[in-house]
Amino acid sequence: MDSTIKVIIIDREGTSHDLEAPTDMNMNIMEICKAYELPVEGTCGGMALCASCQCYLESNTTLPEQSEAELAMLDEAFYVKDNSRLGCQIRITDEIDGIVLRLAPK
Amino acid sequence: MIQTDIIIVGAGPVGIFTVFEAGLLKLRCHLIDSLPQPGGQLIEIYPKKPIYDIPGYPIVNAGELVNKLLEQSSVFKPGFTLGETVVSLEEVSDNQFLVTTNRGTKHQAPVVIIAGGLGVFEPRKPPIENLNLYEDKGVEYIIKDPEFYRGKRVVISGGGDSALDWTIYLAENKIAAEIALVHRRTSFRGHLDSVQKVMDLADQKRIQLITDAEVAGIVPNNSGSLGSVVIRHATLGDIIKETDHFIPLFGLTPSLGPIADWGLEIEKNAVKVNTFDYSTNRKGIYAVGDINTYPGKLKLILSGFHEGTLAVQSAFAKIYPNKKNVLKYTTVNGVSGF
Repeated sequence: MDSTIKVIIIDREGTSHDLEAPTDMNMNIMEICKAYELPVEGTCGGMALCASCQCYLESNTTLPEQSEAELAMLDEAFYVKDNSRLGCQIRITDEIDGIVLRLAPK
Repeated sequence: MIQTDIIIVGAGPVGIFTVFEAGLLKLRCHLIDSLPQPGGQLIEIYPKKPIYDIPGYPIVNAGELVNKLLEQSSVFKPGFTLGETVVSLEEVSDNQFLVTTNRGTKHQAPVVIIAGGLGVFEPRKPPIENLNLYEDKGVEYIIKDPEFYRGKRVVISGGGDSALDWTIYLAENKIAAEIALVHRRTSFRGHLDSVQKVMDLADQKRIQLITDAEVAGIVPNNSGSLGSVVIRHATLGDIIKETDHFIPLFGLTPSLGPIADWGLEIEKNAVKVNTFDYSTNRKGIYAVGDINTYPGKLKLILSGFHEGTLAVQSAFAKIYPNKKNVLKYTTVNGVSGF
């Protein structure tokens, strides 16, 4: 069984990157961006505490509901829109194959 | 003046454990941290979170780990300067470094180990054009003394607990003459009773609550200080509001801080080190834990423990160039404190 999915990340210059992301490594979007050396800092290490991995969901992908911690962090972040998400809180699973995310400004 | 063998900048888990390893070599340490208590991000950010990758502990809460580390290091009686931020480091006579904090506390030692983790926690500043020009001219990110705002018009922005708490404090104690709270959404995520209090104050017209809006711009007055803020409302458009103070309260974010100005090689917001002994490009200055970088770096507490252990061996050789040193096992010699 194929255990990778496609993740499309649009960087801050507007360039689109097609990433192959493994579903069996317990990874999230912030981590996959860092693995591909995209400019995502992930300062807090994935605890929804810094918003340096904020991105905008641009596909119709259905994501699990946001946790209270993620919503609280987005409350204190900037450039937040209705489709804002924290990359570190989006798990790489089969359900999000083909997801398109645009990195929020720093 | 505090004189010691090793000044450790940062009192997180790695800084604290470095005290222990230095103590085994009879080196004394003094820790400096901008936070009011030791433990770094483990205490400040996630004291209740479980950690699973500390050898020998299948599971340990961050706060508990810090307490254990403090207990382990306590035999070597480290000194602490807490709640003060290191602002300068200078090399003074005979291979000594002078490290000074924002409150003017001076520390001197032949070796400095930077264990600064994520760096210094600074207020998160909203992306408003030229905001920095009005700092201390009406724009403040931290409320140091509420009396400063007595009789003044104040605009607070933010939706977290600190925005709510300060709005309530300034209103209930009748300190500010006028208070407006601006928040991007309609609802608040703070403590329920704080949210209720803010709603009540708004109903009683003791504060002005402006939701679905953000402060988007600053308009100066005739003397070049803050005159008005431009509040961008989701449906009503821009509202110009005259005010004496604008206080954005959006929590804290880590930054490298003054370490960036010490002539150390910096790469990707971290201090470059030699993995032989975790020394920086400046002799006598080392960097351990999350603040350093090298090929293959892993930001793990356990890696930091290893880095600190090697750094103090090298520090010993620098402090006592003519003394022989050999690794001793605690199982053989036990631990004799100071």
